[in-house]
Amino acid sequence: MGYSRKVLEHFTNPRNVGEIPDADGVGKVGNPADGDLVHIYIKVKDDVLDDVKFKTMGCAAAIATSSKVTEMAKGMTLMQALQLTREDVANALDGLPPGKMECSNLGADALHMAIREYLIKEGREAEAPAAIDERGDQCVVGAPIRPH
Amino acid sequence: MTYFDNSATTNVDPRVLEAMKPFFLERYGNPSSLHSLGRSAEEAMTASREKVARAINSNSSEVVFTGGGTEADNMALQGYVFANRKRGNHIITTRIEHHAILNTCEFLEREGFRVTYLPVDEFGLVDPEKVKEAVTRETLIVSVMAANNEIGTIEPVRAIAEIAHDKGAVMHTDAVQSITKVRTDVVKEHIDMLSMSGHKFHAPKGIGALYLKTGVKIRPLVYGGGQERGLRSSTENIPGIVGTGKAIELSMAEFDDDVQKMTRMRDRMIKGVLSTISDSHLNGHPTERLCNNAHFRFDGVEGESLLIYLDQQGFCVSTGSACSSRSTGPSHVLSALGLQREQMHGSLRASLSKFNTMEEIDRFLEVAPSVVKKLREMSPMYDAKVC
Repeated sequence: MGYSRKVLEHFTNPRNVGEIPDADGVGKVGNPADGDLVHIYIKVKDDVLDDVKFKTMGCAAAIATSSKVTEMAKGMTLMQALQLTREDVANALDGLPPGKMECSNLGADALHMAIREYLIKEGREAEAPAAIDERGDQCVVGAPIRPH
Repeated sequence: MTYFDNSATTNVDPRVLEAMKPFFLERYGNPSSLHSLGRSAEEAMTASREKVARAINSNSSEVVFTGGGTEADNMALQGYVFANRKRGNHIITTRIEHHAILNTCEFLEREGFRVTYLPVDEFGLVDPEKVKEAVTRETLIVSVMAANNEIGTIEPVRAIAEIAHDKGAVMHTDAVQSITKVRTDVVKEHIDMLSMSGHKFHAPKGIGALYLKTGVKIRPLVYGGGQERGLRSSTENIPGIVGTGKAIELSMAEFDDDVQKMTRMRDRMIKGVLSTISDSHLNGHPTERLCNNAHFRFDGVEGESLLIYLDQQGFCVSTGSACSSRSTGPSHVLSALGLQREQMHGSLRASLSKFNTMEEIDRFLEVAPSVVKKLREMSPMYDAKVC
């Protein structure tokens, strides 16, 4: 499958699964038609991410990157969390297979959207990151070999 | 590890391996050689050809050994249309064929042939009436698979062949999945060309065969020393051919027992999954399906995740999800059934063999509900009941 041990470990034992009922911000990215849908929930205290949870439908990469981003973001300030990139998450998981970087590595995007929602609610729109367009990517990985 | 991916490939039957061994170590002659080792190899090849022919009620002179099912499909399609181009330029096939057929058809379209891709119904069945509407005097060949490799639906090949013949077209069927699972009689079913692949029925990989009815003219794909009556040059893969002969001979001798066993296991799996996992569905035809195929979809989960979790629990299965490691998009077969893309993503194929056991099915039925549950607990789709 080409997944690192860390990806498989997070996939097998995902951290911070669930919703935060009274979340301060929710980021929703992906498209079920393309096979990956990531929701990230945040609870903010004094501009620090006090709690971060996720719900994800998707492949192993989507679940592992969702899990990892929640783990990385917890305890970060909002501005620190906004600096987290897809690459940071992938690197922390010892990399992702080609193609999965683009189509299933949505955790950081969802986190940024959740923070954006929070900042807008707080009237701090100027600090909010730009909205992320709906992604229409398909998973394209390797050569199209199809066993019978 | 429990292996439920027998539509992808099967283990080599130990009896087949034993039959092959001498042809690696002792009887390794080239069948084209005149000396005794060469003759010994040729005799073994002839015997295997007869076994293959007997299994489909053909003559041994009508069996051409190939490098696999894909090559047999290519040989049939390309070989026939290029050899008979003066007679017409139309090909009929279906939207759910294996890519060995579909990609060959795309190539032939680029070569100036016209291809009609027939739709299927929600169960994956091709309606012979659709063939009747599409076939003309310009139609050279109708190629419809005997059974679908993903969802297991068995197609009405005989009815389609009769319609093809009425307009002067030949009938080819990709029987890679159905050979040894469905009784096959090329005479009764009016089949002119039939593809098979050894590794789908416990022979090794790298060996296949094309049944080519006497009188059907094809152009070779491979030129060289003139082996296989000039239709497929290349030194014959004698161990593979011997293995194929042995495997098909065993399968025919044990056909009823094997099919009954696989049918019982399949039915137990289908009944068990549908009754214990909510919002699960069976893809493919409820009755007209291969005895070894169970194809499900589960609302709110994604197939690759399902596959890896099941792998971690000791089960090898496959999925038609876009995110399976080597595919470029959701399954064209599931798409042809009219499923929504989000439905296709949660698909799972379990394909059985005669070597599986009821205990393995029961263990799968114990594990699968918890795996689906775990993924659904993580899924925002399932809570929302969007799918």
